Amino acid sequence: MAAKILPYLLGGISVGGQYALIAIGYTMVYGILRLINFAHGDIFTVAGFIMVYAAATMPLYVTIPLVIILTILLGVLVEKVAYKPLRTAPRMSVMISAIGMSYLLQNSMWYLTGGLAKQYPTLPWISDKITVAGYTTSRVTIITPILTIVLVVALVALIQKTKIGMAMRAASRDFETAQLMGIKINNVISFTFVVGSGLAAIGSMLYFSNYATVTPTVGAMPGLKAFVAAVFGGIGSIPGAVIGGFIIGICESFIKGTGATTFSDAFTFALLIVILAVKPTGLFGENLTEKV
Amino acid sequence: MLKIENLHVSYGGIKALRGISLDVPDGKIVTLIGANGAGKSTMLRTITGLVKAESGSIQWNGKELLGMSIDRIISEGIAMSPEGRRVFADLTVVENLKIGAYLRKDKAEIEKDLNWVYDLFPRLKERSWQLAGTLSGGEQQMLAVGRALMSRPKLMMLDEPSLGLAPLVVQDIFSIIREINKQGVTVLLIEQNANMALKTADLAYVLETGNITLSGTGAELLANDKVKEAYLGKHKN
Repeated sequence: MAAKILPYLLGGISVGGQYALIAIGYTMVYGILRLINFAHGDIFTVAGFIMVYAAATMPLYVTIPLVIILTILLGVLVEKVAYKPLRTAPRMSVMISAIGMSYLLQNSMWYLTGGLAKQYPTLPWISDKITVAGYTTSRVTIITPILTIVLVVALVALIQKTKIGMAMRAASRDFETAQLMGIKINNVISFTFVVGSGLAAIGSMLYFSNYATVTPTVGAMPGLKAFVAAVFGGIGSIPGAVIGGFIIGICESFIKGTGATTFSDAFTFALLIVILAVKPTGLFGENLTEKV
Repeated sequence: MLKIENLHVSYGGIKALRGISLDVPDGKIVTLIGANGAGKSTMLRTITGLVKAESGSIQWNGKELLGMSIDRIISEGIAMSPEGRRVFADLTVVENLKIGAYLRKDKAEIEKDLNWVYDLFPRLKERSWQLAGTLSGGEQQMLAVGRALMSRPKLMMLDEPSLGLAPLVVQDIFSIIREINKQGVTVLLIEQNANMALKTADLAYVLETGNITLSGTGAELLANDKVKEAYLGKHKN
């Protein structure tokens, strides 16, 4: 029995970690801007293409940092172009801008890649096959959850213990008063996009190393699921996003294990509907009532 | 010293300030009294850079503040305790105080000032590890004042520090304001509690629908018939 469950559990934890890394970007941006950054899933996909093109000409020890850096730059650029000019606009306008940005990135990818699926490079070591308790899988399955936990612990420490972290927590509650402390709001927001996009880049490398190819829309589904994970965990909460990611990853994996593969996506979105109906603030969501 | 000249500010299409001129001399307590919507908060928010002015000038020791970024203005030695206290509810008391010193780099001095604020408000020391949102209204006001002091300001602006507080707590807050001033901080105070404010202030201005209609020492305005009638209701003869 245990031997039967183990592959699905490991697979689920691994995919869950990848969802978690993407979900953090959604939840952090929401925490500070109260905005669902719809372009986040596409930034994740762009990171995949950057790897495809970079790996064609450069060695891996260059491409990995390069993918992370370029993805971060893209995330910050998206913020500066699509969200910053709308800082005082109604929230709906920013959301529409986010949707527009998402389609812009997607279509740019179609244009630049010619719409053909590009082969994702094999990442040595992490794509290697290993055997765990008699079950053969690639090393990425084991690395993903460990790396996710390490990154999340580091991120939480950053937010709780450092000055920029304190500024982020202050700004996420009250822009104006944070500014009165001398905090440069735009820097804090940029930093949030740096962290979110950086984690999405790492998540993208882990995710795509399980797949042969990248297409412009392939990131939409993991992006959406990570978004569901963020809402499920309580949007705005980093531990919530991580736990949400793992739960969704594991559930999907077991559903696929029962043979109902086609139902696994539907399950995730059914979960979204249920959580919104039963507990809209999610598992660890902030209480929306504010003391005045 | 802070010198405001012919300041015009519009706010959401409404003219909030219509050519205000006033001085805040160094080392003094200056108060601005007026009814709700007279433009008092708008003036403080314009000084800090949160609200943009249409025209006029705000000179701080000869430097023009209008057009400066908020963090520059704060680093010039101006701090504000905003209306409604606005403490960071899910930060601890000590974090709230430390964030008040956000622009400072002198760690040892920050630590000293933290102790100074704790001396002024022993209650904050007792509660330093509590989340600010769990404090009572009076304690939150103390925290808002302490947080502003942590930037070691030369000019401290307080927006309605007595709002919604019990009379005894109001007395406390005002005695702290006098204490802060004695220690060399210039104070610009906005109040609806005109009685307390005028008793505390060296200089006072009355603001009515965007214009300054009266000015004088605190004692003069306290004795002024118009002020008595409009702002000190119960003292009317």
